[in-house]
Amino acid sequence: MKRYLAGLLTCLTLLASGCGQPSHDSNTITVWHWMTDRHDALIKLAEQYEDETGITVNFQLFAPSDVYSQKITAAAQARILPDIFGILDKKSVVGEFIKSGFVANLTESFDANHQEWRKWFFEKALAVNVFDPDNPYGVEPGIYGVPLDVTTIQMVYNKDLLEQAGYKTPPKTFDEWIEAAQKIRALGLVPFVSGWSELWLADCFSSNYAFNIMGEDKVMATYRGEVPYTDPDWIRVFEIFQTLAEKNVVDQGIVTKSNKFAEQDFALGRAAFAFNGSWCVNVYHGMNPDLRYGVMMPPEISSKYPLLIWGGAGSSLMVNDASPNKEKAVAFLKWLTAKEQQQYLSEATKNLPANRLALADLPEELSDFGNGMADSTHPTIWPVEEDALVKEKFTKGLQSIIIGESTPEEVAQEVQAVKERQLQRAKNRR
Amino acid sequence: MSLLSKNFSSHWKDYLTSFLFIFPAVLIFTVFYVYPFFETFNLAMREWNGISLMRPFIWFQNFQDLLTDGVWWQAVWHAFYITLFALTIQNAVAFMLALACDREIRAKNFYRMVFFIPPVLSEVVVGFVWKWILEGGMQGGQYFGLLNHFLHSVGLNHLITDWLSNPRTALTCIAIVHSWKGFGWGFIMFLAGLQTIDHQLYEAAKVDGANSWKTFWNVTVPMMLPVIVVVLILTILGSMQAFVLVLSMTNEGPGYHTTVPVTRILAAMTGTKQYGYACAMGVTFGAILIALSLTLKKVESKVKQI
Repeated sequence: MKRYLAGLLTCLTLLASGCGQPSHDSNTITVWHWMTDRHDALIKLAEQYEDETGITVNFQLFAPSDVYSQKITAAAQARILPDIFGILDKKSVVGEFIKSGFVANLTESFDANHQEWRKWFFEKALAVNVFDPDNPYGVEPGIYGVPLDVTTIQMVYNKDLLEQAGYKTPPKTFDEWIEAAQKIRALGLVPFVSGWSELWLADCFSSNYAFNIMGEDKVMATYRGEVPYTDPDWIRVFEIFQTLAEKNVVDQGIVTKSNKFAEQDFALGRAAFAFNGSWCVNVYHGMNPDLRYGVMMPPEISSKYPLLIWGGAGSSLMVNDASPNKEKAVAFLKWLTAKEQQQYLSEATKNLPANRLALADLPEELSDFGNGMADSTHPTIWPVEEDALVKEKFTKGLQSIIIGESTPEEVAQEVQAVKERQLQRAKNRR
Repeated sequence: MSLLSKNFSSHWKDYLTSFLFIFPAVLIFTVFYVYPFFETFNLAMREWNGISLMRPFIWFQNFQDLLTDGVWWQAVWHAFYITLFALTIQNAVAFMLALACDREIRAKNFYRMVFFIPPVLSEVVVGFVWKWILEGGMQGGQYFGLLNHFLHSVGLNHLITDWLSNPRTALTCIAIVHSWKGFGWGFIMFLAGLQTIDHQLYEAAKVDGANSWKTFWNVTVPMMLPVIVVVLILTILGSMQAFVLVLSMTNEGPGYHTTVPVTRILAAMTGTKQYGYACAMGVTFGAILIALSLTLKKVESKVKQI
């Protein structure tokens, strides 16, 4: 009996210690990340940092990104977040993390020594982590994250396939692009591929054209509920997807294709155009180092407003406000984003560095992606955020249009119905 | 008085000892089953985004919203469709193969092993392999997908389609792959059940002049009934909750044509950040599963009475 009791007590002690906060070694910084392609490079940098400072940095990889996001949410609920982590979500969710005391305000560190650290970064890279004084999320103004790299999402084209279709330079306007796509289809090739089973990517493409057709103010007015989705300009955005389907620019399979498969199709020369982010330079290089391709802005459909692509900080890391190693974590992030480390990361992983001083000797394709930063925007810096349910209905509607199940008008009405319901709910809550 | 006190003390000591022995199991069950069960109910009646410290109580609003959520009921119907497929075709195939392997045939151990390979494969891997088989694209007259390539080579071009992006075929493809992946479990259980039937019963039936068909209906099926019910319940529970194949093959698309309850719950939790609503979905779905299992148990007892 005594032995049993002793065993039971041991088990309970182990259980209790397992349920508690993880123990903190003051000389070890723990980082949870999702960047599979950058893990090896980050480990090497961690080793270098340990040699230089004696502080161990433990990079722990949790992939894919949706699994990582679930882990971060669960860890936040259990109050066991690591010293450094990233939040791969909308700005409103980041705001919730901040308001719940999980993310440190780094403004002081960025502004120390006449804003030395702040000046290293591209303005747009830092912007995604900035909460302005009048932000709609009720977050104390400040900078809450450190960008590691920058990303833009544009179109890429296969130079060999375009030459086969008689093009030496890529088409500039939407109509020219459709014409080129049809010539490519006539050759028995797939004109355009993307991973539109991932709703955010289809959303990104449609958002580019929404800005081009109606301008930023009207898009934001729609999100605020002042302009309906049944507005002719929005119908025109939906009609783009109908055109892509009817003119055989896309295969029906695009709606169930994940971006990984779409990347494979483009890298293997199965498609002439693809819609993808600057991370693809590394991916395509890994899949087919001989691939000849170029980068282009999505072709404009209107000259009334500029076509804005999504861009800004690709990956950002945050510091746990409750971490006993907060100061050390901030110091490490400053070291990680310094010119030398950023250059190493950029070379090793073919990503655009967030530190503007590290821009040198980039591959041509990556440099072209970087040039798109001037015409970029991102949902995380918009003053209004569309309701998630409306976004889901919107992007699922785009899929329905592509498979010929719904017309643009029908989808517009369905989206507007969800929008009105959500607006009413928000009103009731208030 | 002292004897009474001694008995009382001894009784409590026994009671305490017994309690201490079951305490670890009770603790684990409470922490990992009872608490989450009640917490799910609790969250189902709150509006919560998964992060915020505020969780306002909204009574049955989430359940009320669920009743009018067309996509949710579409997802439930899809789960029923996949389950119906598994209950009929998957289990019929499993039962027939088990009957075949229960006889004295050559290389039966090899077949047993082969039939059990699909269930032990990773669902994600199976999903991706079948996605490749059912791929709809083509380049220069060559089909990427194995099935379309085969149909083209045998001249059945009119059957060629983008199997996973066509709303008329996508869900059926998932149901077929789910059945292919799952029939091995039923096969093993049916085979184990068949091997427990006393062979004297078959000999007695033979002596009575029963042919193979009558022997099957009057000996095999009644003796296998408990196993059949267990397999049916497990099939219902497994198929209604299928979601990995959906995510890896179609990611719920095209549109909502392959969405199932678990992917809806996941979407509400990770996509739209409606944890309370997701819990309401979980509670409702759990109730549906319990109702189905109880109905099946009732049917079993009725059949036994007959």
